[in-house]
Amino acid sequence: MRSTLERTARDAVSAACEDVVPGGEDDLVDGVAPGLVARPASTEQVSALLRTAAEHGLTVTPRGRATKLSWGLRPRSVDLVVDVSAMDRVLDHQAGDLIVETQAGARLSDVQRVVAEGRQRLAVDETMIGATIGGTVATNASGPRRLAAGTARDLLIGITVVRADGVVAKAGGRVVKNVAGYDLGKLVVGSFGTLGVVVEAIFRLHPLAEVQRWVSMPVSTAAEAAEAVHAVVHSQAVPAAVEVEWSAPGDGAVQVLLEGRADAGDGRAATVAELLGAASVTSEEAPTGWAAYPWEQGETALKLTCVLSGLSDVLEVARDAEVRVRGSGGAGVLYGALGSDAVTTTAAVTRLREVCGRHGGTVVVLDGPAEVKRDLGPEGVWGPVPALDLMRRVKDQFDPDHRLSPGRFVGGM
Amino acid sequence: MGEPARDPARVPRPAEGLAAVAHRAQELLPPESVIADHTRLRTYECDGLAHYRVTPGLVVLPDDAHQVAEIVRACAAHQIPYVARGSGTGLSGGALPHADGVLIVTSRMRTIREVRRADQRAVVEPGVVNLDVTKAATPDGYYYAPDPSSQLICSIGGNLAENAGGAHCLKYGFTTNHVLAAEFVTPQGEVVELGTDAPDAPGYDLLGAVIGSEGTLGIVTSATVRLTRLPEEVRTVLVGFESTDQAGAATSAIIAAGIVPAAIEMMDALAIAAAEEAVHCNYPEGAGAVLVIELDGAAIEVEQEYAEVERLCRENGSFEQRLATDPVERALIWKGRKSAFAAVGRISPDYIVQDGVIPRTALPEVLREMTRLSEESGVRVANVFHAGDGNLHPLVLFDDSVEGAGEAAEKVSGAILDLCIEHGGSITGEHGVGVDKSKYMTRMYDDDDLDTMQMVRCAFDPANISNPGKVFPTPRLCGEVPGRHKDTHPLQEAGLAEVF
Ligand SMILES: Cc1cc2nc3c(=O)[nH]c(=O)nc-3n(C[C@H](O)[C@H](O)[C@H](O)COP(=O)(O)OP(=O)(O)OC[C@H]3O[C@@H](n4cnc5c(N)ncnc54)[C@H](O)[C@@H]3O)c2cc1C
Repeated sequence: MRSTLERTARDAVSAACEDVVPGGEDDLVDGVAPGLVARPASTEQVSALLRTAAEHGLTVTPRGRATKLSWGLRPRSVDLVVDVSAMDRVLDHQAGDLIVETQAGARLSDVQRVVAEGRQRLAVDETMIGATIGGTVATNASGPRRLAAGTARDLLIGITVVRADGVVAKAGGRVVKNVAGYDLGKLVVGSFGTLGVVVEAIFRLHPLAEVQRWVSMPVSTAAEAAEAVHAVVHSQAVPAAVEVEWSAPGDGAVQVLLEGRADAGDGRAATVAELLGAASVTSEEAPTGWAAYPWEQGETALKLTCVLSGLSDVLEVARDAEVRVRGSGGAGVLYGALGSDAVTTTAAVTRLREVCGRHGGTVVVLDGPAEVKRDLGPEGVWGPVPALDLMRRVKDQFDPDHRLSPGRFVGGM
Repeated sequence: MGEPARDPARVPRPAEGLAAVAHRAQELLPPESVIADHTRLRTYECDGLAHYRVTPGLVVLPDDAHQVAEIVRACAAHQIPYVARGSGTGLSGGALPHADGVLIVTSRMRTIREVRRADQRAVVEPGVVNLDVTKAATPDGYYYAPDPSSQLICSIGGNLAENAGGAHCLKYGFTTNHVLAAEFVTPQGEVVELGTDAPDAPGYDLLGAVIGSEGTLGIVTSATVRLTRLPEEVRTVLVGFESTDQAGAATSAIIAAGIVPAAIEMMDALAIAAAEEAVHCNYPEGAGAVLVIELDGAAIEVEQEYAEVERLCRENGSFEQRLATDPVERALIWKGRKSAFAAVGRISPDYIVQDGVIPRTALPEVLREMTRLSEESGVRVANVFHAGDGNLHPLVLFDDSVEGAGEAAEKVSGAILDLCIEHGGSITGEHGVGVDKSKYMTRMYDDDDLDTMQMVRCAFDPANISNPGKVFPTPRLCGEVPGRHKDTHPLQEAGLAEVF
């Protein structure tokens, strides 16, 4: 299945941007072969591309480094991939103001390298190696540090997007505190490329910690895991992260990260070790699998959320359904992996959705084999979504012809 | 109530539409909750920004979401504008009523429905006073982090609408970082759930758009908020400097050392004098500036940070450092800071509270330019601000009984906003745009930016009835809206309208 474009449309796209090639084997968007792949070098080119796409009615999927491109539902059509990976500059780091301004194609790791020179960091974990800022914003991808620092949603203070009609719009700005106008950044974060193409983002930064200590505690039952998480989260230890590793039968762990000033690190680790009990181990190194998602290539990837009191039940059901789980138990955001058998997947998703829903959360099938996603459909992949009508109205305003990543998002938007 | 009027010939007259809404409100609410009497209506004519005054056409005080929704439906059916109001402490005229419209006041929706320590959540109605959430959570060792100085009075609904911040948002963030879900009445009168109890609800983050939208997208009828664990240790230190330059340099040094204090607040000599006069907070004698620095967290961490803060202040010229040794002393230090707005009333009959933001590193330069502005115009400016994040609250003092003084003060106040914009900052850090600053929006955003923001408005409120006239300098036309009628003079319409 490949998009075939009219000659005039192809010529128009090539006129909007120098770097345009036909979509190849490597360019599949969740199995869909794009007609063309454009690699714009500037916001102006992105704008020209989207204007052209609007004129010719082309469907568009934005792409960073494709680490999460197959997340969500398969798009109904991809005439044009707008690949922002050439727009990879970290534009400005103001250490004194704790902010960084970057292009969307910059790798998260490059941003970290630049801001580390001022002993700072963007408090978003690199959960997928090579991930770009644009992709991180579009999926609101997060890792362990979300417990204390929040996600891209909380750290983003300014954004520039190119709309479906090619108009360049910005919101927010370069200061952390700013309530002038609507917070468009919030809408764009986690919108999976369905509202516009992110071209620039400004984030607030945090100081780099002088020390890090991980205190890990082996657990074998869901109740034990939940109890350890509760003990730390309700304490005054101020952990940077509280992770649950629950990916092999009978062999789980609760892992607590403490960060701060050099001379306080050991003392704080000792306090947490005492809370967790004699079996806990303190280390200066991150445990294996830290900040990585639990799934392998080709498996079904789930995101599970619940309130803290539901953690034990969710872990219990996950184990029973043979879903391997890892994630921020302390924040109530977990990731699950399961094999590629579609029947088991549907059953597991249903069971997990029931238990997460009972505890104030949701289940999203982030990724998985084509058949699995197809069988599940929009409602099965994204789950029931309240206020979907209102979301459709937002989509209709931003992308009235539904040309941006059509079909990828909630409600088949 | 029926569908919105679709036949243009049936476009209602405001007065009759309003009467119909009043009638509906009387069906729904007890008599004391529907106010149509002129004298009582006047109590609602302004919010905390008292120089904008409009007597509302009707005031209703619903008890629950259903009643709010029914009233909004009635408004939608008759194209009557409505404005939500919490405690009316807003400082940008956000809750300014419409003469032909309905003011929906949440002060009877004051129930804290749930405090769930285990989940670190509270579920509260919109009229609940900010500090009451903390009071309800404290016995469990928790609190609600966003702490606007008005927290004794302001409502959670108003906080969501303004994305309220506080002294502690440097470290803990704003309202938007502490709200997980809300029950929300759309301008069509539908009741919808936004967000979930757990983080990261799937779909567009509509809640994130609603927070900070100043009541222009709809009315929040309940909020699920995150509770934060009370810290093991809190250290509050009052530091005296000879000049704001020194205090600013100390602030920069603290940030550069990788410390994020819970708060760093600065006051200049005039603000100190006012606070002293009002609450006898006993700030260091002869100080040209003070910093209130608060560190909180794990005890040993705080101890390390404090040692460093103490040294950095000293190295940057502090002549006195006073560490609060007990909660009473801490409260006294904060009292000076938190009462600063009201306190300037002691030294000046009238004043304007400005709210602008600059990148923190521009502080010394902007302060110098503000001094120059003040000297050139002869208008005194007292400075109180959240130094950690560059949020300035200059208090521009004047005497309204002196001819031209008000205008001169306005001019200085506006020039301060210009400074903020020139330095890449914002026209408001926490008080909102409201009616007061909508004219400045074009200075921060271009037409395309504003147009894009208004697409959100059009998605939520195409008929433009939810707090119209706020935030944006000009409304966007949202395409075809059935029965739309805009800015038509009632008399002009009279001949067209049918009687309902
Ligand atoms: C002395 C003083 C100190 C202050 N200090 C601070 C501070 O430190 N930080 C800060 O951020 N602000 C501060 N403020 C400003 C003000 O208190 C905040 O903006 C507060 O959030 C307003 O709450 P309120 O209940 O008074 O809202 P109101 O003034 O009644 O309304 C404000 C806006 O919210 C809308 N609204 C109210 N309820 C709802 C609802 N349920 N759903 C939708 N929209 C609604 C209104 O339409 C209006 O646009 C201060 C004000 C004063 C007077």
